[in-house]
This record gives sequence, structure tokens and C-alpha cells, in this order.
Amino acid sequence: MTYVPAPGAAPLTRMVAAQVLLEVRLLLRNGEQLLLTAVIPVVLLGLLTAVPVVDTGEYDRVDFLVPGILALSVMSTAFTSLAIATGYERRYGALKRLAASPLPRWALLAAKAVTVLVVEVLQVVLVGGLGLALGWRPDGAMAAVPLLLAGTAAFAGLGLLMAGTLRAEATLAAANLVYLLLLVLGGVVIPFGQFPDALRPVLESTPTGALAGGLRSVLADGDGLPWAPLVVLVIWAAAGTTAAARWFRWE
Amino acid sequence: MSVPPAVEVDGLVKRYGTTTAVDGLSVRVDSGAVTALLGPNGAGKTTTVETCEGFREPDTGRVRVLGLDPRRDSAELRPRVGVMLQEGAGLYPGAGARELLTHLGRLHRHPLDVDRLVERLGLGGTGRTPLRRLSGGQRQRVALAAALVGRPELVFLDEPTAGLDPHARHSTWDLIGELRGDGVSVVLTTHLIDEAEQLADHVVIIDHGRLVTEGSPEELTSGPGDDVISFGGPPRLDLSTLRAALPESADVREVTPGSYQVAGVVDPHLLATLTSWCATNDILAEGLQVGRRSLEDVYLELTRRSAR
Ligand SMILES: Nc1ncnc2c1ncn2[C@@H]1O[C@H](COP(=O)(O)OP(=O)(O)OP(=O)(O)O)[C@@H](O)[C@H]1O
Ligand SMILES: [Mg+2]
Repeated sequence: MTYVPAPGAAPLTRMVAAQVLLEVRLLLRNGEQLLLTAVIPVVLLGLLTAVPVVDTGEYDRVDFLVPGILALSVMSTAFTSLAIATGYERRYGALKRLAASPLPRWALLAAKAVTVLVVEVLQVVLVGGLGLALGWRPDGAMAAVPLLLAGTAAFAGLGLLMAGTLRAEATLAAANLVYLLLLVLGGVVIPFGQFPDALRPVLESTPTGALAGGLRSVLADGDGLPWAPLVVLVIWAAAGTTAAARWFRWE
Repeated sequence: MSVPPAVEVDGLVKRYGTTTAVDGLSVRVDSGAVTALLGPNGAGKTTTVETCEGFREPDTGRVRVLGLDPRRDSAELRPRVGVMLQEGAGLYPGAGARELLTHLGRLHRHPLDVDRLVERLGLGGTGRTPLRRLSGGQRQRVALAAALVGRPELVFLDEPTAGLDPHARHSTWDLIGELRGDGVSVVLTTHLIDEAEQLADHVVIIDHGRLVTEGSPEELTSGPGDDVISFGGPPRLDLSTLRAALPESADVREVTPGSYQVAGVVDPHLLATLTSWCATNDILAEGLQVGRRSLEDVYLELTRRSAR
């Protein structure tokens, strides 16, 4: 075997594609991550549609649940799973080692973004497919796309901020805690109407609350693009990514 | 035309708070050679290497790698330089060895054949086992392979053999020899004196962030006064009469109980002085041997001196 030097970076598109493939593979292989991103959303949707534990007011149960579970899916991938995976990559020095490879940093971030979007597409197919099978009849759909994208950016910024500043174990704990809190409080499965009035504006301005509420008005109410939730998400996205860019530490 | 150096470190200073990790170090690494940074724990080896890799910024001083600035010209340098972090860090915990190496290979234009690389490093048996479950020595070898897979012209290996069993260590030594044979410039760090002696064309001994001495292993062990006579006898001999009989330029010490060493300008005269002292004191000098001081002797003496 020869080690005669033949240095050179691969073409950028090939590097990014390789990085996306690696990240998607690692994610789909990780049991805990799959639990968060696939099993919990599917089980919640199936269970809560079948069993009347939540009062969904004027909505059909499935019409109410699908938008909330989609918001949960986005949070699980773009926030929880991204934060935990990145936190451990940082702790094991994988981010540092990669910084010494030909892959530029922005390309690594781009690959992570594409990975999140790929997983989200799989989730939309899974959750949407199950919803349709359970009788979900969405009213509109295209207006959901900007909401999903803005929500993804908001969660990803916050997830990376956490992964790049806390220890890996702290990120693991905090990301799971936030996930759980927002699952309950973020309008995912419990309507905002069941919380005290004073609390509503707060819950609706969490990223999960804004995304779930926005998706619900598009998919269940058949409204056009709801500006208020979109603005909330864009503000979270701007704040999260700015803070992450400022404080993220690669080592 | 002279070949430009692979690495040039000039007056490098790097502080962490009140600790001065590197304190005015200047080192030149020849292209195509194996250079060993040798020094005790905390000497500043990793800091120096990581500054060359662009991970850390010098407080003062200048670092050039392949003629380029490791931070400003990072994009140009990264494809050309292979990096192995200390303790085999830098691996995706959930990936397998082959998977990781294949991936890193895809980031390069002409990667090595991963199957052969895996075989060469004795990692064939690790299969799809996630890297976090491999043994420390196996991870270390994956990290070494990761430094090579892109076919770099210069590699930085931070303690490439730490934690390896003797077979793996020798195999790594052979591999580094092959790299050199193929024209790859190698900078490695080590605490192991025999490793530096065996592998390196050029040894740089550093301590407290400063250069202690440098040269080829031969140069470091062949200065005047670098010869020794060693012999065995009963432990705790009274050496004062021998010391009195020896010329100014020589001295004797008990290295370990029952094992003695006379160091200095060794000539037949000195040997005769020693054996006649032995005869007078009825000592059968077991294993009497005249030889060159080992690099270990030089290293211990120099780093002890700088510790004071
Ligand atoms: N990130 C850091 N923050 C604070 N101090 C540091 C940091 N990195 C290194 N040091 C200090 O700088 C000094 C040199 O450390 P360095 O890691 O360069 O030594 P080394 O020669 O590689 O040691 P070893 O053989 O143990 O790996 C040590 O005193 C160490 O404690
Ligand atoms: Mg070190």
C-alpha cells in the first residue's frame, strides 16, 4: 500500500452529500433518537385519536392532533435530536476533527440543516400518512410550509446554542426536559383553551406553541398563512441563530 | 533549490490564563522527515501541534505550515494536512471504523483504499461496532487511519502510540516508517524516548514550553562526555574513592541499586582506572560495558536540569 501524497479536497457538493448521508444514517440508527422523532409522535397520534383523553373542543380529534403532532415532530428533530447529537459530537471531538478536514464549517452546518429537513420529510409522511388513515382531512397545506421552515430554523438555532455551550450531559438533560415541557404546554396535545387565560399568550409565543397554533389554523381551520405565529417563529429563529453563531464553541 | 520546511515555528508563545503553555518556542520541521516532539506531561507538545493545526491562535510568534498560515489559509491547508488528535479523539461515537474512514475519504479527492487501510491497522475485526465501544487502543488506531486516509503530504500525530500494546506499537512504528519512505512529512509527539530514538530523523526535546535541545538521535547522544561505562556490583558501594581516582571529566553514580555508570570522556585509561579500583575493592564488575549514552540518559538529565 502506498502513502505517496495526493492531497486534495473533494468537490463541495460531494462533501456535503457525504456528510448528509453520514448524519442521516447515524440518526436513523440511534434508538433513543428514533424514539423521539418517530415512535413518540406516532404513538401519541394513534393513541390520542383512538382514546378520548383530551377534550379537543370544536375540532375532530384527529384534525386537532395532526397539526400538534407535526409541531412536536419538528421540535424533536430540529431541537432535541439535533442538540443531543451535536452535543455528543462536540464532546467526542468529532466536530473538532471535522474542522481539520476539507469540509468547510458552513458546509457542515448546511449538511446538518439538510439532514434535519430530510428527517422532517420522513416524519411528515409518517404522521400525515397515519393521520389520513385515521380520517384526517386537512383543509389547506401549502401555507404550512413556511411555518414548518421557520419553526425548523427557530428550533435548530436554539438546539445548536445549547449543544455548543453546555456539556453534553447537560444538553441531553435540558433538551429532553424542554421537549417534555413543550409537549405538555406547547399546544401539541392539549388545547390552549384549557390553560388559564393569563398563561395563553406566553404559551402561544413559545416556538412549539406558535408552530402548533399556526399549523392548526392552516390545516384545521383552512386559514391562509397566519402572520402572528410566523412572526413569532421568525423572531425565535433570528435570536437563536444569532446567539448560536455568537457563543457556539466547537471544542 | 532548497526544499522549504514543512513547519516553521518561530518564537511561539501561548498562554492560558496564568499558565504559559508554550514559552518562546522555535522549531523547524524538514519536509519528508519524521520529527518527534519529546517532552514530559504538560510540556506544551499538544499546544504547539494544535497551533500548527490551526485550532489555537499564537499569542505571539509566528507559525507557518507548508509555507502557509494555519488559520488564515486554513481552507488551502486542510486538504493537505492529516491530523490525529491526542487520545484518538475526534471520532463520531455512533459510527463504525470503516464507515468513518470511508466518510473522511469522501471529503478528499484521492483517498486511500479504506479496506486496505483498515487491514493495515489491524481493525478488520471491528466490523460495524460503534467507535464508542471500541477499546482505547483500537480507537487510537482509527484516529491514526483517519489522519492518513486523505493522502496528506504532512501529518501531525499527537501521541500516536499512547496506550497501544507492544505489537500494535511496533506496527505503528513500521507504518510511520512507510509514510516517511513514501515522502510524507511526519510530526509526532511522544513521551517515549525509545520511540523518538527509533523513529525520528529529528528529535526536539521541549519542557515547560521551551526548547531544551534538538538534533538527530545520533547527535543528541554523541556529544563529548556522552560515553558511559556501566557495570554491576553489590548495591550501595562507597564511590568516594573511585570518584577521587577518576579524572575531572568523569563521574560515577549508582543508577539503580547495584547498577553503576561512569560517564565522561571514556578512554582506555579511564577503563583501567575503574578496573583497578574494582580489583582493590574486590568487586567483580558484572556486565561491564562501554557504550554510548542512551537518549534516555540525555533526556532525563536535560529535563531534570530544566525542572530545577
Ligand atoms: N485549553 C487549555 N486551558 C488551560 N490550560 C491548558 C489548556 N491546554 C493546555 N493547557 C496547559 O498548558 C500546558 C501545556 O499543555 P499541553 O497539553 O500542550 O502539554 P503536552 O506536552 O501535550 O502534555 P501531555 O504529554 O500530557 O499531553 C499544561 O500546563 C496544561 O495544563
Ligand atoms: Mg499532549
